[in-house]
Amino acid sequence: MATVIQLLVYGLQLGSIYALLAIGYTLVFGIIRMINLAHGDFLMIGCYAIFFFVSLVFGNMMIGPAVAFLVVMACSSLTGMVGVGIERVAYKPLRARPKISSMIAAMGVSVFTQNLFRSLPFIGPNPKTFPTLLKDQLFTIGTVEFSFLRIITISFTIVIMIILYFIIMKTKIGLHMRAVSCDKDASALMGINIDRVISLTFFLGAMLAAFSGAFYASCYPVLMVTMGSTLGTKAFIAAVIGGIGDIRGAVLGGIILGVVEVGIAGTYSEMAYGFSFVMLIIVLLWKPEGLLGKPMIEKV
Amino acid sequence: MKWIKNKSEIIFIPLLFGILYLLQTTGILNGYIMQVLLLVGINIMMTQSLNLITGLAGQPSLGHAGFMSIGAYSAASITTIFFNVTAMAPALQIVFFLVATAFGGICAALFGLLIGIPTLRLKGDYLAIVTLGFGELIRSIIRIVPAIGGARGLIGIPKLAGLFWIFLFAVITIYVCRNFMDSLYGRSAIAIRENNIAADTMGINVSRYKVITFVFSAFIAGVAGSLYAHTIQFVQPDIFSSIKSTEFLVYLYAGGVGSISGSILGAFMLTILPELLRFLSTWRLVIYGVLLVCVILFRPLGLFGGREFAFLKLNTGGIRNVGFRSFRRKNKDNAAEKPVDKEAE
Repeated sequence: MATVIQLLVYGLQLGSIYALLAIGYTLVFGIIRMINLAHGDFLMIGCYAIFFFVSLVFGNMMIGPAVAFLVVMACSSLTGMVGVGIERVAYKPLRARPKISSMIAAMGVSVFTQNLFRSLPFIGPNPKTFPTLLKDQLFTIGTVEFSFLRIITISFTIVIMIILYFIIMKTKIGLHMRAVSCDKDASALMGINIDRVISLTFFLGAMLAAFSGAFYASCYPVLMVTMGSTLGTKAFIAAVIGGIGDIRGAVLGGIILGVVEVGIAGTYSEMAYGFSFVMLIIVLLWKPEGLLGKPMIEKV
Repeated sequence: MKWIKNKSEIIFIPLLFGILYLLQTTGILNGYIMQVLLLVGINIMMTQSLNLITGLAGQPSLGHAGFMSIGAYSAASITTIFFNVTAMAPALQIVFFLVATAFGGICAALFGLLIGIPTLRLKGDYLAIVTLGFGELIRSIIRIVPAIGGARGLIGIPKLAGLFWIFLFAVITIYVCRNFMDSLYGRSAIAIRENNIAADTMGINVSRYKVITFVFSAFIAGVAGSLYAHTIQFVQPDIFSSIKSTEFLVYLYAGGVGSISGSILGAFMLTILPELLRFLSTWRLVIYGVLLVCVILFRPLGLFGGREFAFLKLNTGGIRNVGFRSFRRKNKDNAAEKPVDKEAE
């Protein structure tokens, strides 16, 4: 029993990371019906931004939680800006084209970003060590081991979800986003600035990816240029399992994937990677629109 | 003379092979360049195979490396694990190689059927995701089977596929795909791509043609996989990752989706390009990424989309033939004779 709860805690932590990243996929898909395969690279950009910020400004100095929070906020905003820039340059001209074109463009962006980072002399192909943002503390309740970082990750994810829910459901820009995801042309006729809505979507998505990267790298502090693509694929699966286009679905899918993956890795570690795909295929064949997705009706 | 003019491929294809063979034997093209050219041949086959399912039937597949790996592993297991081909007479080696290649293709086709039927109701992005998942699943299964090398890969595959076989198979693939595209199957697949429901209303059995195209495409991918295994002499699960699948999709889209000539050109150029840019070391992939985005931005149909080389003599509607002047004139005459075709365009 204690082992199950322990695995559940690990799974929730990994699941929160996946969920944060999956929200980005789902937001972008919900608004412009495009799968942004370069989304995982936003996570990588965010991690490197934090790494350089901390190592240039603070050196090896230990930073407190408040400063760490500010650093993560600044770097994730920067990543958000990068996301907006990428959308403007590479995806915006492709909006009216078939969706597969923007998917190919996203692959191009992904190849470009990863290899640009690998080629830049001050980054290089060697893995870097992520700075410790928070001093981690372990404590046990009964026989279950908790850590400060784990609690922070899970609770922070919940807070971000609530804020996101508030933005989308209660604010005017959230109303615009919902309108655009419902019908782009009609909402343009109603006076909604679609470009601004799409930029904001990419900003939010990239920002959440950077947050997710900060949590992931605090837990597994090895920075590589390819870290985004592996995590991105997983988060993408999570988004699809939950029902792409639905934010609650992304969270649900992320947590399910995290828990199942940790559970499988706890029993038979070789199969953990493949099993997420088995789950994906089963869910898609059983419910093609995902667990929480609404079936799309095709009009002639 | 007229006969030669009409059937110039009978002269030009052996001529091309002869030139390549001479360049290889005289050593003008060294081993490295030959290896790249052989990979070009295999990539042309893979891109053709992907063109059938993605270009004609409009069903994006991100799992073609999975079919390729099935073909590679099943063919390599015949020539390497079950039989020790290297100890046999050369003639027998060729027989075994051909049997293994056919076996690889059939295995891949079976998996294509296995994936094709349940995914019939999925389309677009979802199909892409399921095929991606399938490819990665195959990879993670191969990783944990020790009999075929597991994660370390299968080594010691005999080098049976040389310039001749790859050239032959690539040419056969191109002509088979060309005939497929011009036949009832290809035109039905194009109709399904253009409008699923309209095709259904016109009496095309959508499920049947989708599955046929999928299985056929998987078969070609399996054959290409077998050739790959017998050229590189080493297969490892991580070679056939989703990155490989997306590479093929990139070749197809850069070259021109739905066009046989486009997929040949795309595979040719994008296999050569990273090698030409090798002097830039890691910066070459940066440039590759930029070029890819630029092609998609400025050439929406790919470099050769909606056009075909005239020597392929495709009659399917909506395609502009480019190439030698006599052929162009001939096609124009054909179009004038048959006003029905013009209307269809």
